[in-house]
Amino acid sequence: MAVETKIAVAPAKPPVWNDPRYRALFFQVLVLGGVVLLGAYLVGNTMANLERQGIASGFGFLETTAGFSISQTLVEYSEESSYGRAFLVGLLNTMLVSIIGIFFATILGFIIGVARLSRNWLISNLAAVYIEILRNIPLLLQIFFWYFAVLRNVPSPKNSHSMFDSFFLNIRGLYSPAPIFEAGFWLIPVALVAGVIGVVILARWARARQERTGERFPVFWTSLGVLIGLPLLAAIVMGFPLSWNYPELKGFNFVGGMVVIPELVALALALSTYTASFIAEIVRAGITAVSHGQTEAAYSVGLRPGPTLRLVVIPQALRVIIPPLTSQYLNLMKNSSLAAAIAYPDIVLVFAGTVLMQTGQAVEIISITMAVYLTLSLLISAFMNWYNKKMALVER
Amino acid sequence: MTDETRSYDPGSHPDLPPPASTVGVVGWVRQNLFATPLDVALTVLALYLVYLLVPPVIQWAFIDADWVGDTRDACSREGACWVYIRVWFKQLMYGRYPDEELWRINTAYVLLVAAAIPLFIPGFRWKQWIGVFLLIGYPIIAFFLFVGDAFGLEHVETPLWGGLFLTLVIALVGIVASLPIGVVLALGRRSKMPVVRSICVAFIELWRGVPLITVLFMSSVMFPLFMPEGVNFDKLVRALVGVMLFSAAYMAEVVRGGLQAIPKGQYEAAEALGLSFWKMMGLIVLPQALKLVIPGIVNTFIGLFKDTTLVLIIGLFDFLGMVQLAGTNPDWLGFAVEGYVFVAAGFWVFCFSMSRYSQHLEKKLHTGH
Repeated sequence: MAVETKIAVAPAKPPVWNDPRYRALFFQVLVLGGVVLLGAYLVGNTMANLERQGIASGFGFLETTAGFSISQTLVEYSEESSYGRAFLVGLLNTMLVSIIGIFFATILGFIIGVARLSRNWLISNLAAVYIEILRNIPLLLQIFFWYFAVLRNVPSPKNSHSMFDSFFLNIRGLYSPAPIFEAGFWLIPVALVAGVIGVVILARWARARQERTGERFPVFWTSLGVLIGLPLLAAIVMGFPLSWNYPELKGFNFVGGMVVIPELVALALALSTYTASFIAEIVRAGITAVSHGQTEAAYSVGLRPGPTLRLVVIPQALRVIIPPLTSQYLNLMKNSSLAAAIAYPDIVLVFAGTVLMQTGQAVEIISITMAVYLTLSLLISAFMNWYNKKMALVER
Repeated sequence: MTDETRSYDPGSHPDLPPPASTVGVVGWVRQNLFATPLDVALTVLALYLVYLLVPPVIQWAFIDADWVGDTRDACSREGACWVYIRVWFKQLMYGRYPDEELWRINTAYVLLVAAAIPLFIPGFRWKQWIGVFLLIGYPIIAFFLFVGDAFGLEHVETPLWGGLFLTLVIALVGIVASLPIGVVLALGRRSKMPVVRSICVAFIELWRGVPLITVLFMSSVMFPLFMPEGVNFDKLVRALVGVMLFSAAYMAEVVRGGLQAIPKGQYEAAEALGLSFWKMMGLIVLPQALKLVIPGIVNTFIGLFKDTTLVLIIGLFDFLGMVQLAGTNPDWLGFAVEGYVFVAAGFWVFCFSMSRYSQHLEKKLHTGH
C-alpha cells in the first residue's frame, strides 16, 4: 500500500517577524528613525536657544572686521582684516607647526629607533630611557614645561643669549637674520628646479642602463653635484643676489631680522620630542619585523652591508612602518591644537577661541573647526595611503 | 697530523678556559661598548651626555633640595624646593574638596584597591562577581560618596573637585563608559545592515578625525545650546560626555581589530548551532575578541589617562590644572619646574605601570603557536 506523501516543494516560510531580511529592514528603520528624531530634537532646541539669546546664524560673520591682532601671521593681517582672514591665519599657523613637528619628529624618531636597536648597550638603553620617559608623560604637561619652565626663564632682550652675533634668544623669541632677495634671485630657484628634474631623468636613465647592461652609474654623487652646482652657478652668474638683514638691539627690543615666537618654539619642540618617542617604537618594530634570514640571504648573494640595508631591509621595514607612522602624523596634527593652552595663535585659539567669544556663533565656528581637522586628517591619510600603496608588496 | 694534536689521548684533553677578553666584565664591556671604532666613539659621546645630564639633576633634585618648612623662605633656591609640593599637596591630590569630607574620597580609593586586588590573584574564584561589582556597584557607591546629598552625606559641588582625584574620576568614567559603547559601535561597523554600518562609520570617523580639544570645546559651548531651555548640565558632566564619546570611538576601532581577528569558522559554527546574533557575539565571538585586544584596550586607557589633562583648557582643575593654579599664587611664584616635575612623576608612574602590565598580559595571553 502506497502512502501518499506530499513533499513540500518550497521550504516552509518563516513568519514575517522571524525573517532575517524583514528583521534587518525593521531594525534599520528603527535606528534611522531614532537618529533622525534625536537630530531633529537637538536642532530644534538649538534653533530655539539661538533665537532666545539673539545670536545671529549663518556664515555672514566671516566678512565682519575682526578687530584683534595676532602675534604670528604668515599672510598679511591687521586688526581691520575680516574674521575670514583671521581663520586663514590660524589655519596656516596650525599647518606650519604641524609640518615643523612632523619633520623633526620623523628625523628624531628614526634616529632613536635605530639607536634602540644598537648593539651598544649604553646607546640602546639611553634610547629606551628617552622613549619610556617621554611617552608616559602627558603632552600638555611637556608643552607647559618647555614654555613656562624653560622659555619663560630665558633672559630679557638686553641680556640675550647670542650665537655668532646674528642669532639671539630672549624672552621675546628667537631672532635670526632675515634674507633679502635682490633683483635676479629668481634664477636660483629656477636652477634648483632644473637640477631636480635633471636628477630624476638621470636616475631613470641610470636604472634603465643598469637593467640593460648591468653597469652601474654613481647616481648619488652626480645628483649631489648637480643639485648644489646648478644653484651655485646661478648665484655666481647673478652676482650673489642675496643679503641678510641682521637683528639689532635698539632700546629694549630687537629690530630687523626674523623672529620665531617662543610659543612656536615650545610647541614644535614638545610635539616633535613627544611624537618621536612613538615613532622610535614604530621604527624599531618595523626593523625587527624583517627576519634576519633576509639579511643573511642578502650577504650570501654578495651584497655589502650598505646595499643590504638600502635594498633589502629598509624597503621591507617601511611596509610595516608606514601605516602606524601615518596615525602618528595624524595624532601630531591633532595634538597641535594644544597650542591654545600656551596662546600660540593656531586655528583653535584664534577661531574657536577669540572669534567664538566675539561673535557667539558656536555652532558655525565649532563645525568649521572640526571640518578643518577632518579635512587635514583625510589629506594626510590620503597621501600616506598613496605612499603605502607605492611601497606595498606587489602580489599576484 | 702534527705532534701537538697527538700528545693527548682522545677525551683526555684538558679543558682550557676561554680567552680572558671574551668573558666576565672585560668581555661584556668589549662586546657591548667597544666592539668597533664607531662603537667607541658612540660610547664616549653617550657617557659625556650622561655626565652632562645626570649629576646636575641629582644635585638639584636631592642634594641641594629643601624638604622641610612651610613657607617659601625655607627654600634656599639652590636646588629644588619640595616644600612647595608639601604645602600644596592636599590641593594637588583633592582640589578644593572640603577637609572634613576627604575621608569619603579616601574610602572610595581603599574600596577600589581592595576590590581590585583579588582580580590579580591567579585562581581566585569569584572574579566575575568582583568584575560585575566594579563595573556596576562601585560606580554607584562612588557617585554617592563623592557627590553626597544622600544618606546624610553633605553635598559637595563639582567645582570643588580637583587635583589627582578629578583626573582619576574623569579617566575611570571615560574608561568604564567607553568600553560598552565602543563594543556596540564596533559591532555596528561590522554589521551587514548598510544603514547601521554607515551611521557607526560616520560616528567613529568623525570623533577620530578631530582633536579632543575641539570635542571639549564643543561639549562646553554647544552642549548648552542642544538642551531645551532651563536644562543645565554641570561643567564636569559636559566634559565627561565629551571624553566618553571621544574615547568610545577609539575603543570601537580597537575592538573591531579583535573582531576581525576571529576566524570566520567561529561565526559560522555559532550560527550552525542556531545561536541568535547576541548569543553568538556574547558567548562565542566577544570573549575571544576582547581577550585578543586587551593590550590595545590598555593602551587606549593610557592615552585617555594622559588626555584627561586637556580638561584644564575648559576650566576644570585636574592634577595638572591644580599645579598651574598653584604656580600663579603670588606667594609661590617661580616654582614651575618643581610643580611640573612632581606632576610628571605622578603621571609617569601610572602610565608606565599600566604599559608594563599590558606587556605582561600580552605575554600571558599569548596562547598561539
